[in-house]
Order: sequence, then structure tokens, then C-alpha cells
Amino acid sequence: MANLFWRSRGLALATRRGLCTSAVEEQKGKGGKAVNLFSAINQALHIALESDPRTYVFGEDVSFGGVFRCTTGLADRFGKHRVFNTPLCEQGLVGFGIGLAAMGNRAIAEIQFADYIFPAFDQIVNEAAKFRYRSGNQFNCGGLTIRAPYGAVGHGGHYHSQSPEAFFCHVPGLKVVIPRSPREAKGLLLACIRDPNPTVFFEPKWLYRLAVEEVPEHDYMLPLSQAEVIRQGTDITLVAWGAQLAIMEQACVEAEKDGISCELIDLKTLIPWDKETVEASVRKTGKLLVSHEAPITGGFGAEICASIAESCFLRTCLFWQLEAPVARVCGLDTPFPLVYEPFYMPTKNKILDSIKATVSY
Amino acid sequence: MMALNRLVSSSAGGALLRPLSALSLCTAADTPITVETSIPFVGHKCDPPSRSVTTTATELLSFFRDMALMRRMEIASDSLYKSKLIRGFCHLYDGQEAVAVGMESAITKKDCIITAYRDHCIFLGRGGALVEAFAELMGRRAGCSKGKGGSMHFYKKDSGFYGGHGIVGAQVPLGCGLAFGQKYAKDGTVTFAMYGDGAANQGQLFEALNMAALWDLPAILVCENNHYGMGTAEWRAAKSPAYYKRGDYVPGLKVDGMDVLAVKQACKFAKEYALQNGPLILEMDTYRYHGHSMSDPGSTYRTRDEISGVRQERDPIERDIEKEVRKEVDEAIAQAKESPMPDPSELFKDVYVKGYGVESFGADRKEVRGVLP
Repeated sequence: MANLFWRSRGLALATRRGLCTSAVEEQKGKGGKAVNLFSAINQALHIALESDPRTYVFGEDVSFGGVFRCTTGLADRFGKHRVFNTPLCEQGLVGFGIGLAAMGNRAIAEIQFADYIFPAFDQIVNEAAKFRYRSGNQFNCGGLTIRAPYGAVGHGGHYHSQSPEAFFCHVPGLKVVIPRSPREAKGLLLACIRDPNPTVFFEPKWLYRLAVEEVPEHDYMLPLSQAEVIRQGTDITLVAWGAQLAIMEQACVEAEKDGISCELIDLKTLIPWDKETVEASVRKTGKLLVSHEAPITGGFGAEICASIAESCFLRTCLFWQLEAPVARVCGLDTPFPLVYEPFYMPTKNKILDSIKATVSY
Repeated sequence: MMALNRLVSSSAGGALLRPLSALSLCTAADTPITVETSIPFVGHKCDPPSRSVTTTATELLSFFRDMALMRRMEIASDSLYKSKLIRGFCHLYDGQEAVAVGMESAITKKDCIITAYRDHCIFLGRGGALVEAFAELMGRRAGCSKGKGGSMHFYKKDSGFYGGHGIVGAQVPLGCGLAFGQKYAKDGTVTFAMYGDGAANQGQLFEALNMAALWDLPAILVCENNHYGMGTAEWRAAKSPAYYKRGDYVPGLKVDGMDVLAVKQACKFAKEYALQNGPLILEMDTYRYHGHSMSDPGSTYRTRDEISGVRQERDPIERDIEKEVRKEVDEAIAQAKESPMPDPSELFKDVYVKGYGVESFGADRKEVRGVLP
């Protein structure tokens, strides 16, 4: 893992991450200790296990705390019957989780890296997502939450950096959630665990140590399928999720120096997504830019752009309407590269260029 | 070298107490000598081969040299990683060298090997150059995968090394495909598909085994049992840690993977067996000194005593003549450092087959687009 690397760059970026915490959020949770993202996840898991005795946490190496330390202390506190290691078998462990959840339990399965989720793809897509539908609501696995660290870390290479969220956004029956910060991670994870639908929760691994903010110590949930405007603006709407929001935030600050006022939206839940919040913003600004780390073609940005082009391009619309083609600044159409990571990533400058081009269209 | 020490004390009547240099002086280099492996093979649904292994002084010296070189390469990789010259993920092989070296001595470069991400030494065993290895590790143009693969993705096509795979267990079905190709071509070659004790619990392994047995493929599934699947001890992850029996209807052989001669004997046996009868599982009982990857100190789930105990009692190499090897490794590193990073245009190469006009889109689909080379 990239622990050393994060530590070395942590300080500089941690302060930048702090910007992401908007005023709206401040009101939501008052105070709390400043913790990083993996500790916030850890808190959420403690609360989940504590508040419902039918909650289980399992996955590869989780009883030792997991490779990212998210499950530290859980096995000691709640026992090895509720927090346990599985063998290296993703398909098996997700299938197991579906069965456990079908018995009315809350099964929290960890896939060590999102890149390793593909052996379990069949179980997630064909078994978990359609269980309720195909059994006429006799059975479901709503208690299932699959946690997986996703995204770049600076030097993860081909199999420790991918962002596979779009694959799962093509599957009705699932919810896909990605938090941007520690406080969000805790509230959204608890919401996912308690949501009566199977949920895939992707954690931005770059932020595990990097992102630090005040997280309320108590049990709280943040609503799913509700996007949040984390920065108000009038010239262009920017949409992103997870770690990419920190980059977007930097681009917003830069754009502001050129007199461009950006409105930044954290989508949080990718399916079912909060179209209304994005639409309302685009009707106000008339422009849209979506950004994600995953390759541009077939990414979830495509869905957002298509939907907004459809709903905000009405000539009869009373509100402002789309005034420029929608823009996407995403990962390139290549496998996630090792030495080329800086070229591949949707960096601040790429976003800034696109903001300027779109605003001056 | 343990085997050599045994040889010295058993076969040569105890006269030669200094292993290597003395041996090479006093025994004709290519006179066949017979050594008994210290631990017997255990078979599952097959008769194990003899414990008496034929070798020569020249071969033993080459074993020592190859293993010492591998060990030195891995230690050097550790330093390069810590000094951030190697990025990405890096899994070291030190402790398991006897498997790579013993296996190579029993087969030819027309036989295929496919493995997971702990692949540096397999590449070296297949005849890969140190410079190519280090250049790949550091993401340089001179690397065996043009610097685009990194530690986990070494390949060497001209000697049948099919890599270098990132996902636990995923390479084993591929190995069966290779073996089918070999059987179809009737060229008398086999595939060694390697995986670890952690991967042994993946479902696709059993799918691969069934196909291999169903179609009598010349596939040898080599389970390198280093006793830890990442941080999890085998007993925590496997109901049956007898991996050589995991094939049920597929025969297996348990081998002392810390004894290069035992590995050689087993692989020779396995190749002959697989060509006649179909697949076989070889479980190599081995050990890795380093953690799973560079982020794992390797000391949280096992005791330091355990590690030093293995070093003392079972290490496949004893270190006597390392200077020469150290120099060779240092020179290769220096040379690899000279190699430039790959050209930025390489980012878009080899995504699809060349020249088919596939378009790729850049950061912004409107502005940046290009036809992939």
C-alpha cells in the first residue's frame, strides 16, 4: 500500500481537502474530533456492529484491521464470529454475504481493492441486484453492503487504481455510493449499511489518510440519492464524486481568479442519482462539466451529460437552459497506467481549461 | 546451499567440508553425482518419484549462482523501492528461489510458465536479463514490458514466459489454455501454471482443474505454498492445507520447495507425467522472507523467530560467494537507471491491435481525440 507515500504528501493536501467542507455540512454535524477517512469508516463500522447485533464484517485480512486499517479493533471488540477473515475468494465471499443478508442480517463485505471486485461481478449483478425482483419480493439481500477502495493513489499501477463504478451503475437493484470526505464517509456508510437494498460503497483510497476533517462521534446517517451543492456559483455547474471533488475544488478556486463562478455538486449516490439537484443547478448556470477518474468512454459522466442534455435543452423552458455543449474531463481511454498516471488523470489544469472553454463557448 | 552441504557430508564421505570451492576443484565438473533429498515426496493418486536426484558439480554451482543472483536482485529491489525508484506494487520472491531455479533445470524454454505478480525471479529463471528486470521495475524503456508493466507484469515471449498477472488466481485458467494449445500442436511441451496458497482458494482454480483433467491437458499446477496468503496464515484460510490433494481426482505431489534438487526431480517427473496422463498439482513447500508486498512488514502475523528459524534451518541458499553476484546486480541497476522513461506516446500504444483506426478520447471528448497507434 501507499502509506509512506501518503504521509509524505499528506500535510499539503490535507489542508486543501479541508476546503471541501461546505457551510451546509458544518450545520449538519457539529464539531467532533478531526479524523482521517479510514478512521471515520472505522467509527461507522464500530457503530454498525454496536447498534445491531445482526451485523457482520468480513473480507480478506479484515480481522487484522485490513490493509487500509479501516477495520482496526473490530475483531477485538466484537469477536471473531462477527468480524472475520475470508480466504482470497471474492466471488465466494460476496455470494456468502448475499446469503447472510437474505437471512435478515447486515452483511458488510470488504473487497480489498475495487480492482479485485470483478471475480464477484456475477454475484453482485446477477444474484444480489435481482434477488428481490425475481423472487417477487419474497427474498432480498438488502442488508448487503460491499465496501471497496477505489481510484488512483499516485503510483498504484494497473490493478490498484481503477474506478469501476460505471459497471455497477448499469445494474438496477443496486445502489452505488462514493463519499468525498471523512464526515461524509461515516454518514453515508451507515446509511448504506441500513439501507434495505444491496449497496456498493466505493471508498477513495487516496483520501484514507490524506483527508482529515471533524467528524461527529455519534451515530448519524446522511441521505442516499441526495446530491449536495458544496460550492455555490453562477457561471458553470461542475459535477463529480469521491476524490475527484478535491481536484474540482482546486479548479474552482483557480477559475475564480479569472472571474468565473463555479457551482460544485457532490453527487454522492451514483444510482439512483439525484438528477433534480443537477438540473436545477444547470438551469441556473446554463453550463455543465462532469469529471471522473474512470475512462471517459462509457463512464457515468456520459449518463449525466445525456440526461441533462435531454432535460435542460428545452427551447420552451422558462428557466435558463444549456448554453454550451456539456463537457467531460475524465480518465483517458487506456488501461490505468503505471508510469503515465500524471497524463492519465483528470487534473486540475485539464478541468480549468475545460471550464474556460465551456464558459466562453 | 543445503543440498550441497548434504552432498558433501553424505556422498563424498565427509572429506570435503568446504562446500563450493573445494568441490569444484576435487570433483570432475560433469561427473554425475547422486544426492538423496532430505524430505521425501508425498504423492496423491500417483507414485512419487525417487528421492535420489542425479546432478553434477557444474549444475550445483549454477544453481547456487542463479539463486544467489535472485536473492540479491530481490534485496536490491527492496532498497530501490524504499528509495522510491520503484513505484507501484512490488512483491518479492526471496526465500522461494529454489522453486524457480529447480523448475527451470527440469524443463526447456519451449515449455510455458505463467505466474501471478511475484514474478521477478521466474523472469530471471527464464533467461531474462537483470537490466531488463530492473528497468521494468523502475518503469524505464529498457524494461521487459517497455516500462509499462512494472513489478507485477514481467513477460518474456521468446522463452515461453506468459507473465506476470495481477489478480489472485486468474492466471491458472490461462495456463490451461496454453496447455491446450501445446497438446493440439503435439510438440511435447507442457505448461507450469503457478499460484500461491492464498490463490488456491479461488473458485476459478477448480474450474481450470476440471477442464484440464477433462481434456487431459499437459498442465502442471504449481502451488507455491509460502504459508501466507497476504497476511493470512494458511490455516486461517484453508480447511485443507494439503494443496497437492486439492485436485481430488487430479493427482498431486508434495515437494520440499526449499530444496532445489527436490524441485528439479519433481518438475522432471511432472513433465513426463503430464504429457502422458494430463494435469498434476505440485505443491512446493516454501517460504517468503519478505512481507506480501512492500507495504507489509511481514512481521505482524508471524514471529521473527519463525522467520529466522527458516533462514537457519531451511534456507535454499547459503551465502558464501556473493561478491560477484552483488557486483552484477549493482551494474545492472546502474545500467537500468540510464534507460529513459518511455515516450509519452507509449501511453496510447498497445491498447488495441496496431493500425486499426480505433479512436481514443482525451480528457475532454470534444477537444481531444486521436486515432490510437
